[in-house]
Amino acid sequence: MTQSVDVSQRPARSTWRLGPTELVFVALFAILAISAVLVGMRGSNLFSTGNLVDMLTRSSLLGFIAIGQTFAILCRSLDLSVGYVVALTSLIAATTMAGQADRIVLGVVAVLVISALIGLANGLIITVLKVNPFITTLGMGLIIKGYLDTQYQGPAGDVPREFQQFGYTRLGFLPLSTAVMLVIAVAGILFLRKSRTGYHMFAVGGNAEVARMSGIRTGRVMITAHVLCSLCAGMAGLLIAARFGTGSSLVYNSLYELDSIAAVVLGGTLLLGGRGGIAGTIGGVLILAVLDTVFNIMQVDPFFKDVLRGVIIIAAVAIYARRQLDRRARRDRFNGDGGGGGGAGRDDGGGGGSDPPVPPATPVPAGSGTARTAQGGDT
Amino acid sequence: MSANLASEPAEGRPVDGTATDQPLVRVRGIDKSFLGVQVLFGIDLDVRAGEVHALVGENGAGKSTLMKILAGVYQPDNGRIELDGQEVRFEHPLQAQHAGVSTVFQEFNLLPERTVAENVFLGREPRTRGLVDAARMNADTAALLADLGLSWLTPQTRVHSLSVAGQQIVEIVKALSYDARIISMDEPTAALADEEVDVLYRLIGTLRERGVAVLYVSHRLKEIFDLSDRVTILKDGSLVDTVDTTQITSDELVKLMVGRPISSFFPDRLDGTTVGDVQLQIRGGGNTQLDGIDLDLRAGEITALAGLQGSGRTEIAQALFGIDRFTRGEVRLDGRPVNIRSPRQAVRAGLALVTEDRKAEGLVLNQSVLANARLVLDAVTPRQAARGARRVPGILSSLDLVARGNNQEVRFLSGGNQQKVVLAKWLATEPSVMLLDEPTRGIDVGAKQRVYTLMRELAANGVAILMISSELPEVIGMADRIVVLKDGRIVGELPAGADEESVMGLATGHTEESGERER
Repeated sequence: MTQSVDVSQRPARSTWRLGPTELVFVALFAILAISAVLVGMRGSNLFSTGNLVDMLTRSSLLGFIAIGQTFAILCRSLDLSVGYVVALTSLIAATTMAGQADRIVLGVVAVLVISALIGLANGLIITVLKVNPFITTLGMGLIIKGYLDTQYQGPAGDVPREFQQFGYTRLGFLPLSTAVMLVIAVAGILFLRKSRTGYHMFAVGGNAEVARMSGIRTGRVMITAHVLCSLCAGMAGLLIAARFGTGSSLVYNSLYELDSIAAVVLGGTLLLGGRGGIAGTIGGVLILAVLDTVFNIMQVDPFFKDVLRGVIIIAAVAIYARRQLDRRARRDRFNGDGGGGGGAGRDDGGGGGSDPPVPPATPVPAGSGTARTAQGGDT
Repeated sequence: MSANLASEPAEGRPVDGTATDQPLVRVRGIDKSFLGVQVLFGIDLDVRAGEVHALVGENGAGKSTLMKILAGVYQPDNGRIELDGQEVRFEHPLQAQHAGVSTVFQEFNLLPERTVAENVFLGREPRTRGLVDAARMNADTAALLADLGLSWLTPQTRVHSLSVAGQQIVEIVKALSYDARIISMDEPTAALADEEVDVLYRLIGTLRERGVAVLYVSHRLKEIFDLSDRVTILKDGSLVDTVDTTQITSDELVKLMVGRPISSFFPDRLDGTTVGDVQLQIRGGGNTQLDGIDLDLRAGEITALAGLQGSGRTEIAQALFGIDRFTRGEVRLDGRPVNIRSPRQAVRAGLALVTEDRKAEGLVLNQSVLANARLVLDAVTPRQAARGARRVPGILSSLDLVARGNNQEVRFLSGGNQQKVVLAKWLATEPSVMLLDEPTRGIDVGAKQRVYTLMRELAANGVAILMISSELPEVIGMADRIVVLKDGRIVGELPAGADEESVMGLATGHTEESGERER
């Protein structure tokens, strides 16, 4: 098949381009390199144990939430309630454990069950009541916030020392919480790449109608994504409880829902769903963590810090958008600019081809077998 | 009919033993209406195993509707469908697919971000010990592709990096992987280049050898004669005939597709209408979809752009209006060269574009009649805008708009009245050139009549009109001049009063081919 090459690939596509996930990690290393130089010029070492631990610790909490958010966004949904779920579950963990080591398991189970139920509720509202995910999860967040504001004025509960280890233990420079987060990330990556439900998340986010026509129960997939998303937020709540030694409703002021969406998008997952993954999200989380650490070391003004973060997130997504522009659904029939080369002379026999003086009446002589003779040479 | 059923395909055609007289699919007496408008009238159709069965007809003849009924997208109001002698009812496309009735629709039905294998096995991913076995999936896809002589397609390729032909083939492969016994294809070559069409031809040949029935909808006569064993002609929702392709010439086929009397439905040119100077002139216009476009629009003249879907009609209007600009050639307005880069500039230059899809591009559905009618005035100069705003109520009433007052939201209006609001919106700017893309699509007869008389009135007032239409009677009944497009180029021009066959002949490439042969 000689013409196979022209047919199988679009000619204009360059092949050297990095995939989105690779690009995120290239960006991460570029940022690390630039930061190391900047920090070095101030006479400190970005890769000192203290700084490494700081970066990794920062990434664990957001990592849990952003892994969950990835599932939702892949399905062309999103979850604005995660920040409130983190606050609620930190309180549930601390109050259930009530300072007793033998109640740790009970506390963990309670957190996972309740966060899963919240995700289930989100998923059902979105798929059964057909409420827009933005509104669904915003409403869910407000409901949880209202409950927290009326029930808990300040910190509550008491986390036993044994469970606080989850927040503080380190394996070398790797905090235990980060290690757990990375294990969850690997599990999530495997889930997306190895389970049917994972495959179907890409389909639901890519084109729900195509998914439905292919026999996928799109509602179930969406609900699963939201349950997983809330479960991840619940794990973040456990980590907060372990770090603070108590539960705190004020955690929701940290706006983790927005940070997690930023990390997911920074990680190359399309906000419109259907493409992306957890590896990229972890890259996005690490980028944000590195920036925070560097800003701290350099003692950047907190307000300016937010400005910088905002600029970086927008710039990253603008770059993705440019890359996305190349993919045009429509096929070019002619060469876009300059030179009339595009397929000229294919069938216009006498040059020009403009305003040809075609006879007004049907000029075909009766019995002209033009098309019929072509039959002989078919297929 | 029965004589045709009994006749064997002519000698020399590659038919094997699977093509028998017992039809694989038997469709009888299908009626279908949408919103009270009947679009199919008692359609009968037989498709045999191992045959390529072409389905032809003009735009709106009911081909797509019939295909969608077969695919389970729509349910017929009356009639029955039999598969192998068993009556079937498909409530959902998936049911049809599992019964072996697959369809490749015109719309894109793949996930561009996923690989060929992931698309083919979507929803049925093979698993080993509960986990998706990507290796097996890729191997199965590769085997499927190799079996069809398509080994140049790699299962791991992401669909978005394939050409349109490649994507189309993936859709067909996906359809086949459900053990399809009949595959319907809706204009599969509409977006393909010539060399890509060959790949599709070969695949269809393979399918025929395997005893798969192919129902092939196409406007392109050459393809029908190249590929099909039999052809069924629909017109205005009714069955005209089913004939062996060898028993008919393309002339006769075109006659069967069109050839209805032109009614006196279209108003005559108004007295005092004179064709004036060239208002708008394109020379050598081209972009990625168009090439070598030379076109003059004269004041007081209605020029029609005819051609098949995808021939570049809409693209010309969009290029003029600064939406998908010409990258080559020159546009002159009133003799002066212009470079229109956005719709706003187009409006300011005195152009108006009534788009094909009025709900998506013409109206803000949840705003009032008045707000919509004033929409474009934001783009013109304040003086023009003030004058336009004063004229709006008068324009609306002159168009016999039926609404509960000018504050009613346009989404509650009928299609015809919505279109009148779109027209009023443009009339308010007093354009010198109006581009009308399918101005009467989906509107009732009364509203159509009003649109036609409006066009005549505008022409009498010296407006240059470019009308794009898929409805041949409309083109012939209204146009002073018919420009026919094919594959992004102008292939011919016909005077007022040309017959439908001439237009179709040019648009399908039939006339052109014959012309070449004569030389």
